Amino acid sequence: MNNRYELNKNLAQMLKGGVIMDVTSPEQARIAEEAGACAVMALERIPADIRKAGGVSRMSDPKMIKGIQAAVSIPVMAKVRIGHFVEAQILEAIDIDYIDESEVLTPADNVFHIDKTKFKVPFVCGAKDLGEALRRISEGASMIRTKGEPGTGDVVQAVQHIRLINQQIRNLQSLREDELFNAAKELQVPYDLAKYVHDNGKLPVVNFAAGGVATPADAALMMQLGAEGVFVGSGIFKSGDPAKRARAIVQAVTNYNDPDIIAEISEDLGEAMVGINEQEIELLMAERGK
Amino acid sequence: MIGILALQGGFIEHCNILAKLGAECFEIRKDQDLADKKIDGLILPGGESTVVGKLLRESGLFNQLKHLIDDEIPVFGTCAGLILLAKKIENDPNVYFGAIDILVKRNAFGRQLGSFRTDGDFAGIGSVPMTFIRAPYVENVGPDVTILSKVNGHIVAAEQKNILVTAFHPELTDDSRIHAYFLKNFCKK
Repeated sequence: MNNRYELNKNLAQMLKGGVIMDVTSPEQARIAEEAGACAVMALERIPADIRKAGGVSRMSDPKMIKGIQAAVSIPVMAKVRIGHFVEAQILEAIDIDYIDESEVLTPADNVFHIDKTKFKVPFVCGAKDLGEALRRISEGASMIRTKGEPGTGDVVQAVQHIRLINQQIRNLQSLREDELFNAAKELQVPYDLAKYVHDNGKLPVVNFAAGGVATPADAALMMQLGAEGVFVGSGIFKSGDPAKRARAIVQAVTNYNDPDIIAEISEDLGEAMVGINEQEIELLMAERGK
Repeated sequence: MIGILALQGGFIEHCNILAKLGAECFEIRKDQDLADKKIDGLILPGGESTVVGKLLRESGLFNQLKHLIDDEIPVFGTCAGLILLAKKIENDPNVYFGAIDILVKRNAFGRQLGSFRTDGDFAGIGSVPMTFIRAPYVENVGPDVTILSKVNGHIVAAEQKNILVTAFHPELTDDSRIHAYFLKNFCKK
């Protein structure tokens, strides 16, 4: 099991500096791969459309996911509802590369997340603060992403989450060792994970940004704030020229510290996704699963 | 100074191992990064070969690095880096640097559930820990290529002149002997 967990953390390491794109069909998956996505997230509806459609949102049809697996050579991820371990068993059975236990879908369990240590396949989970991140890791997540606010095209929540996680990491680092027991209690996390963060100044797994990234500048902003890579959901295929925007976001993540390059690739991208402000939405997906 | 291609993937891990061995390194993202640097060796890290290959071509770095590699600068490629250096890829129409005479199969061990860790013999070093992540392997090699390691009958490490490749990730283990081998046998000639 430990060996497996290491291998699963290792795959996330190989995705660093990359962009993971939401796709809903083999055609979109090929566009994403062609544009330089380091992985794709296969789902039936992107978050913006999930918001619009309402109702219960579930794991995608395995047949649709297999179609995407057949279409591209890069890793394929897919989402399950929070706590729905049978959906996760199904994805493991079809040899998925990464499972996202995601607040974007309707939660299946209001209390318990999936015991991810019981699976061979890796999991990525959302977090909006350090406590959530370390709880998901103690449940077996081998990669973390900020929750942001999916399907909005509004980056404000993702910014808040990555800043908060990194502030809390710095706070832990500044504590005396004998203060860590209480810090672990307050964060509601296992002591050994609090100790790891105190000693290393970072999470024990790779941390991506997600939820509201719509432009190359948004992506570079998240990278400069300390994200190790970016998930883009609705931002690409809800925009005027998906292939061009996808390419530009990939470039922005690689060259996040180079304003000249980001200026150049930000030109002429066509319409960005329209977006909705956080205040205008009724459903805060980030509040699901703490 | 060792230059590490830093377009996408696990480049920090290589920096960390080189630092442990007392070697200096710098990250390469665009052609200006190569200007006014004396480069003694190049590392192409793991990541997604499709992403790195594409960014190489878009950044204008490709021609510059190809030139260096053809001029026989020492190069070490791991996983995706091996794919970028191969002369032929069985299940991909792309050829990138085409610098080492090997035929490679991408994702040859399958998807993530096929990823594994093992110990294997590496010529001249002995048993080393090997981490394979959605890894390729080498199907066959040309006459000028030396095979350095095999796992389950598949070629997973080889060298030819200035080029060293591994299908696994020595940079993901605590064992720095393969990096030391690269520095000693390739970079200090």
